[in-house]
Amino acid sequence: MNREFERYLPESRTYLSRKPSWWSYTHLDAWMLLLLLLLCGFGLFVLYSASGQDVGYVSRQALRMGAGFFVLIVLAQVTPRFLGRWAPWLFVIGVGLLAAVLLFGVGAKGAQRWLALPGFRFQPSEIMKLVLPLTVAYYLSSRPLPPSIKHVVVALVLIGLPTALIMKQPDLGTSLLIAASGVFVLLLSGIRWRFIFAALAVAGAALPALWAVMKDYQRQRVLTFLDPESDPLGAGWNIIQSKTAIGSGGLYGKGWLSGTQSQLDFLPESHTDFIIAVVAEELGLIGVLILLTLYLLIIARGLVMASQAPDSFGRLLSGSIILTFFVYVFVNIGMVSGLLPVVGVPLPLISYGGTSLVTLMAGFGILMSIHNHRTMLKK
Amino acid sequence: MSGHERLKDYSRESHTFKVRAVLAFGVVFLLMLVLVGRLYYLQVMQYDRYVAMSDDNRVQLQPVAPTRGLIYDRNGHLLADNRPSYSVTVLKEEAKHLEQTLVDLREIIPITDREIDRFKTRLKQRRRPFESVPLRFRLTDDEIARISVNYHRLPGVRVEAELIRYYPEGQSLVHALGYVGRINEQELQKVNANNYSATHYIGKLGVERFYEDELHGQVGFQKVETNARGRVMRVLERTDPVPGKDLVLHLDMRLQQITEYLLQDRRAAVVAIDTETGGILSLVSTPGYDPNLFVTGISTKDYNGLRESDDLPLFNRAIRGRYPPGSTIKPIIALSAIDTGVVSPNYTIFDPGWYTLTTGGRKYRDWKKYGHGKVDMNEAIAQSCDTWFYSVAHKMGVVPMSKYLGMFGFGQVTSVDLPEALAAILPSKEWKRSSRRVPWYTGDSLNLSIGQGFLVATPLQLATATAVIANRGRWVQPHMLKGYRTQTEEGIQLQAPDLEQIKAKPADVQLNNPKYWENIIKGMHDVVQGPTGTARRVGSDAPYEFAGKTGTAQVVGIKQDEEYDAEKLAEIHRDHALFVAFAPLKEPKIAIAVIVENGGGGSSTAAPIARKIMDAYLLGTDPRVQEVADGES
Repeated sequence: MNREFERYLPESRTYLSRKPSWWSYTHLDAWMLLLLLLLCGFGLFVLYSASGQDVGYVSRQALRMGAGFFVLIVLAQVTPRFLGRWAPWLFVIGVGLLAAVLLFGVGAKGAQRWLALPGFRFQPSEIMKLVLPLTVAYYLSSRPLPPSIKHVVVALVLIGLPTALIMKQPDLGTSLLIAASGVFVLLLSGIRWRFIFAALAVAGAALPALWAVMKDYQRQRVLTFLDPESDPLGAGWNIIQSKTAIGSGGLYGKGWLSGTQSQLDFLPESHTDFIIAVVAEELGLIGVLILLTLYLLIIARGLVMASQAPDSFGRLLSGSIILTFFVYVFVNIGMVSGLLPVVGVPLPLISYGGTSLVTLMAGFGILMSIHNHRTMLKK
Repeated sequence: MSGHERLKDYSRESHTFKVRAVLAFGVVFLLMLVLVGRLYYLQVMQYDRYVAMSDDNRVQLQPVAPTRGLIYDRNGHLLADNRPSYSVTVLKEEAKHLEQTLVDLREIIPITDREIDRFKTRLKQRRRPFESVPLRFRLTDDEIARISVNYHRLPGVRVEAELIRYYPEGQSLVHALGYVGRINEQELQKVNANNYSATHYIGKLGVERFYEDELHGQVGFQKVETNARGRVMRVLERTDPVPGKDLVLHLDMRLQQITEYLLQDRRAAVVAIDTETGGILSLVSTPGYDPNLFVTGISTKDYNGLRESDDLPLFNRAIRGRYPPGSTIKPIIALSAIDTGVVSPNYTIFDPGWYTLTTGGRKYRDWKKYGHGKVDMNEAIAQSCDTWFYSVAHKMGVVPMSKYLGMFGFGQVTSVDLPEALAAILPSKEWKRSSRRVPWYTGDSLNLSIGQGFLVATPLQLATATAVIANRGRWVQPHMLKGYRTQTEEGIQLQAPDLEQIKAKPADVQLNNPKYWENIIKGMHDVVQGPTGTARRVGSDAPYEFAGKTGTAQVVGIKQDEEYDAEKLAEIHRDHALFVAFAPLKEPKIAIAVIVENGGGGSSTAAPIARKIMDAYLLGTDPRVQEVADGES
């Protein structure tokens, strides 16, 4: 029996031989928790400056972070098996809600993103950020890996359905993030390289088609991205001002609370999507490097945790969650620094706002649950 | 089991995942390096460029307007003040929907279409971004309150205070001081645009215009940090503006007001000059108008009212009114005749009431129908005998008359700081040939000798010439400015201007025989205080000795042998009444010229006014008080 265990779980011997500490009953990961706390602290520190030294913003955000950690701790207690069992149903509910958004949703600026329930509004696309990788991971992990063409196609359909629904809202940024979270599962599942290259080729060919289905404002964003100076006071304003903020920060920054671009309102959305420009302006390249190092450590720790997961379902889901987290970071900083077109992606755990914060924390909760429920096998 | 339904191989799956995870981390790391590279490019390689852009964004150089110098009269009475005035302005950058904002604003305070038009013109002429543009001036407290409570729905609208010119004496001084008005495009091109970058007003007329450079001062600058909406957050550094110099004029406000009172809003002008310095004590042209109307822009209705008035209030008669001087120039004509030796002062004629160049020819009439009888030069001046002058003019011709009149400032601008002053016309043979293309006739000389015909002069020129006579030939330049006033710890200091640097002084009148001055001055003295003088009723009771000369200038030509009856003529065809005088006789202090348009006779209308002004100046009397007292007794 022990030998069987060793075959499945090479490290199990050490775990089984050690007496579990009280900490292991929390199912939390101390390293990850520490890194997340550091990141949140950094976020509040920057937010105080970015919000124009408004304690109200900082305390509201701190409250949301508290809520986020609460969700994290709760989800860490849910067993991965339970999540897996519920995955198909969650997926059906999620897609249903997305369809409902298109039919009954409310929103602003020509986009319908929210469902209004008595008392509160929520974005079903946020739920989908976790439900989609969960579903795809569940589907693939119950099949032999690497997945056969048939299963890849099914997985792609699972990915495509919510992606298309969200793109229709329209919310290009979120739909691409969700698609990415599903694709990461496929990539990590060991999908063959020839599929990957073929897909890249198809994607390249599909770009003109994508242009054709894009809304005018989305096209405008791409055009503005390509040449921000063409409309310096209109659509190009944001990107010119954010690049100016970043560039003028230099190596050491203008000092906390002393960024002129952000404090004098030249930088738009300085406390939400463009908050990295505040970091770059006030704390300089050094400050950005500290932040990026924190992110890199979180991703590294996340990948280690994923690879230590006891089964494919856990590995694929964890890996997708952590890589999607990176996509947030990359797309946000890339957008603010003018590398990528402007899409509404917040900087994870730093930008002001509750929705994405809670979703991200929930993801980290699932990550910890997967990592720390290995010992459940012994029962 | 078919080939594709393989069994799960757990350790292989674990291995594959680890390989892919390591690969993914590699990609993550590479992409992180891309971000770092991008940031390095922006923050290190392009640092200078973005710092400059950031500074351009936030730092603006704002000009600070200097305070315009004040203007005082000789006794320290304030004539031109700066007072805070509230205007409503619009900042285009903040007013997203300008038209709607204007509509909303008009519901709150009254704004005329003309003000909207002017606002739009100014909006186009805006000199820098984030410069607010005034829409309406002189808001009342009530209007300010109404705008303030509606601020929230009027984006970009502000109430701003600025110092604007205020003339406490209103219309009494407009022709002496001029006024300032809002600067326009052409004026902006003439001045140093930098120095005027914060200035909205410029001297348009008179002293305000002439001393614009001194009154304006030097612009200051402040470096300010503004936010993205152009609102000033703090001042980084500041160079204070240098306020304009305060001017002290020779003008005597009391005398000015008395003069104005005496003219009773008739179409008239008076210039009084301090004979020692040439300083202008009083410069009145009536009717006047309120210069305060022009400072922030006069309404069309008001302006048309002024422009279309028959009394021409906008016309500065004192320095631009070109009147035939009539008999007031006779002392100078007499002087030119005796000093060139054409006749002696004892030259006597018998005046039958007319003069002819040839026997039986055209009769040049004397103003006294049956003549003055036997007159010499002294009597000719005292009684203003035209025939004596016809005879003398006939003998000497135009050349000496033209020359001597020129030496007394006729036909030229001798005033220093009245930019609108006119030279009027001093006729001569050359002048007539070039401007009229006909030769000079002897008849023209006869007309010239009694101040009719081609010769026209301004009241200022008449007063100036009288001052030169009073000074026995010594020239003083008529001017307004007494000095620049500076407030120091020791008190108020006055720094006199260098007039001759502004304008060369005419040469003093050097007579071949200087004792002739007393001859003509005696004649003028007899005009007012002699037994036969034309204005003896005005001067006989004066407690001081003075000299004067009456004049009556024909408005319409009177035909040969035609009777002249002032009563029957319409008022506007009546003669202009003129009078020039200086006092006291021995050490003159004041020279004066009075002209009352259509006033009738010089001795009856103009001379009493001059006498009262001289009394007020020399004796300190006040006709306003006296007449009230007379009325009560």
